Amino acid sequence: MLYREAGQFKTTYAQDMAMFPIRQDRIAFILLLALAFLVVPLLAKLQIWPFGGEYLLRAILIPFLILSLAAIGVNILVGYCGQISLGSGAFMAVGAYSAYKFGTGINIPLAWLGTAIVIPPLPVLPSILLGGLMAAFAGVLFGVPSLRIKGLYLAVATLAAQFFFDWVFLRVPWFTNYSSSGSVNAPALNFFGLTMNSPIERYFICLSFVTVFALLAKNLVRGNIGRQWMAIRDMDIAAELMGIRPLYAKLTAFAVSSFIVGVAGALWAFVYLGSWEPLAFSIDRSFQLLFMVIIGGLGSILGAFLGAAFILVLPILLDQVPHALGIPISVETVSLLVFIITGSLICYLLIVEPHGFARLWSTAKEKLRLWPYPY
Amino acid sequence: MIAFGQFLEILIGGLLSGVLYSLVALGFVLIFKASGVFNFAQGAMVLLAGLALVRTLDFLVARGLPFWAAVILGVVFAAAVMAIAAFVIERYVLGPLVNQDGLTLFMSTIGITFVLEGASQMIFGADNYPLRLFPTDAWFLFENQFPGGILVSKLDVWGGLIAGVLVTALAIFFQRTKTGRALRAVADDHTAAQSVGIPISWIWFVVWLVAGLVALVAATVWGTKLGVQFSITFLALKALPVLIIGGFTSVPGAIIGGLIIGAGEKLAEVYLGPSIGGGIEYWFGFVLALAVLMVRPQGLFGERIIERI
Repeated sequence: MLYREAGQFKTTYAQDMAMFPIRQDRIAFILLLALAFLVVPLLAKLQIWPFGGEYLLRAILIPFLILSLAAIGVNILVGYCGQISLGSGAFMAVGAYSAYKFGTGINIPLAWLGTAIVIPPLPVLPSILLGGLMAAFAGVLFGVPSLRIKGLYLAVATLAAQFFFDWVFLRVPWFTNYSSSGSVNAPALNFFGLTMNSPIERYFICLSFVTVFALLAKNLVRGNIGRQWMAIRDMDIAAELMGIRPLYAKLTAFAVSSFIVGVAGALWAFVYLGSWEPLAFSIDRSFQLLFMVIIGGLGSILGAFLGAAFILVLPILLDQVPHALGIPISVETVSLLVFIITGSLICYLLIVEPHGFARLWSTAKEKLRLWPYPY
Repeated sequence: MIAFGQFLEILIGGLLSGVLYSLVALGFVLIFKASGVFNFAQGAMVLLAGLALVRTLDFLVARGLPFWAAVILGVVFAAAVMAIAAFVIERYVLGPLVNQDGLTLFMSTIGITFVLEGASQMIFGADNYPLRLFPTDAWFLFENQFPGGILVSKLDVWGGLIAGVLVTALAIFFQRTKTGRALRAVADDHTAAQSVGIPISWIWFVVWLVAGLVALVAATVWGTKLGVQFSITFLALKALPVLIIGGFTSVPGAIIGGLIIGAGEKLAEVYLGPSIGGGIEYWFGFVLALAVLMVRPQGLFGERIIERI
C-alpha cells in the first residue's frame, strides 16, 4: 500500500536521471543511512542489545563493511564488465602492503645514480588511497591479457596474479620492512589529527569509505563508462563494432575495480586486522569475494552488500547453532559441517536463483508495488 | 659433464612430475570436453577417491586379508564411491543447471568442492593416511657416464607409465566405443545430440564417472607420493596451468602441457630461483601459462575459437 509511485511525475531531465527516482526509495535510503551513521553507533555507545560487548561491531559489522567494499570492486569487473577474476585477494594484498609501505616511509637507494627515492611516512588516509592506486596499477598490468583471452581462460590467467603476489609478499622482505616473522603491524589510525581506535570509531572509518565508494561506483556504472563496460560484457565484438574501444573499457574496469579492492584491502589490514600476514589475502579470499558477487547478484551494487552479508554471516551462524541448541559436537566436525552446508547452499542458490539476491529483491519490490492485488 | 648430468636429472625429474600433474588435468579436460563445465572439484574428487581407497585398504588389511585382495576390493569400493558421487552431482546439481552460462556452472563446481571436501573428511577421517601402492625409492642411471649417476624416482616412472596407459585407454574409449562416440557428439552440440536420441543425462553421468575414475588413478599415485590428506586438493590448482597450456579441450594437450610445466618449473627453480629468492615453483607455471596464452589464446592444442555475432 505504501510503496506506490502513482502521482510522482518527472518534470525535468534531472529527476529522470535520479539515482532513486521513487520517493519511497529515497526515504528508505536516507533512513538506512541514518540507521548506519546514527542509530548503530548510539546503541553501541550505550551498550544496548545487540551491541553489548563490542562483538557484533568488531567481528561482524566492520568485516561486513570492508568485504562489501571489496565485493563492489569485484562486481565492477565481473558483474559489469564480464571479466572473471580469481585474483581479487591479490589486489587486496597489493593495496594493504602498498598502504603499509607508504604509511611507514619508503627509501629506495639508486646507487648508480648516487641518489635515492625517499618518501617520508605519509598519514593514514593518503596511504590507504595510494595503496588503492598501486592496486589499480597491478590490476591494469594483469588485466592486459584480458585483451587476448576471454572467459574461463581469463579466470585461470588471473590466478597468476594471485600466486605471484602471494609469493612476492611472502618472499621479498622489503615489503614487510624486514620483519623476521613476516607479519606486519599497521600504523596508528590517525585521521586529521584524531586517533581512532575504539570499535565505534573504526566502524565510522569503514562506513564512511563504503558510503563514498558505493555512491561513486553507483554513479560510474550509470554513466558513459559503465555503459561501455556493460556493452563489452554483453557482447564484446558487437560493442567493438559500435565504436567502443575494448582496450580502454576493459583496462578502466580493471583499474577502477582493483582500486576499490585495493582500498578495501588496506582497510582490512589497517582497520580490521591491525597486524597481518600474507595468508590474510590468500586464494580463499578471492573465492570468497567471487561468491559474494555471484550470490548477491552480478551487476548490482546492492547485490555486493547482500552477498557479503550472506557469505560472512553464514559460517558464523552455523558455528553458533550447535552451541545454542546444546548439541555436543567437536570443533572439527563443526568446521567440516560448515564446509558441507556452505557448499550445498551455494549450489542450491545457484539453482533456484542464478541471478542472486539482488534479483529476489527487485522481484519483491515489483510484488510490493501491486500488493495487495495480484496484478 | 657434472653440470650436464645435473641438468639431465632435473629435466627427467621435472618431466615425470609434470606427468603427475597431467593425471589431474586429464579429469578437467574430460568434463570440459563433454559438458563445457569447468570442473573445479577435480582436486576434491582426488581427495575423495584417495580417502575411500586408503581407508578401505587399512580396514581390510587390519582384518587379515592379503594385501593384493585388499587392494582390489579397495579400488572397487573407491570406484563405487566415485560412481555415487557422479550420480549425485549430475542429478542434483548439474542437471537442474542445464543451459546456465559457464560462470554459474563453474561456481557450482566450487560449491561441490566444498561439499566433497567436507563430506569425504567427515566420513573417512581427516588425518594424513600413508598409502603404499608403488615403490618410492629411486634408481641411479648412467652411473659410469656421470659421477653419482642420474637419480630417477621409481614412483614418478610408475606415474608416467600409468598416465600412458590411461591416455591410451581413454583414446580407445572415445574413438572405438559407442558411448565414447556419443560423448563426443554431446561435446560437439548438446541439442543436436539430444535430437538424434542420445540420453544426455546418462552421458553426463558417464563423463563424471570417468573423471572420477581418473581422479582415483591420480589418487593412487599422489597418495603414495604425499600421503592421502587434505592438501591433495590443491593439486587442482597446480593442474590449472597445465590445462591452459595444453588447451581445455585436448587430451594429448594435457599430457604435453604437463611435461612443459613440470620441466619448466623444476629448471626455473634450480637455475633462476637462487637469483630471485627461491620458491618460484609456486607461481612459475601460472606465469608461463599466461605467456603462452598471450601468443595462443586457446592454448597450444585447444580448438580454434571462432566468434560470431
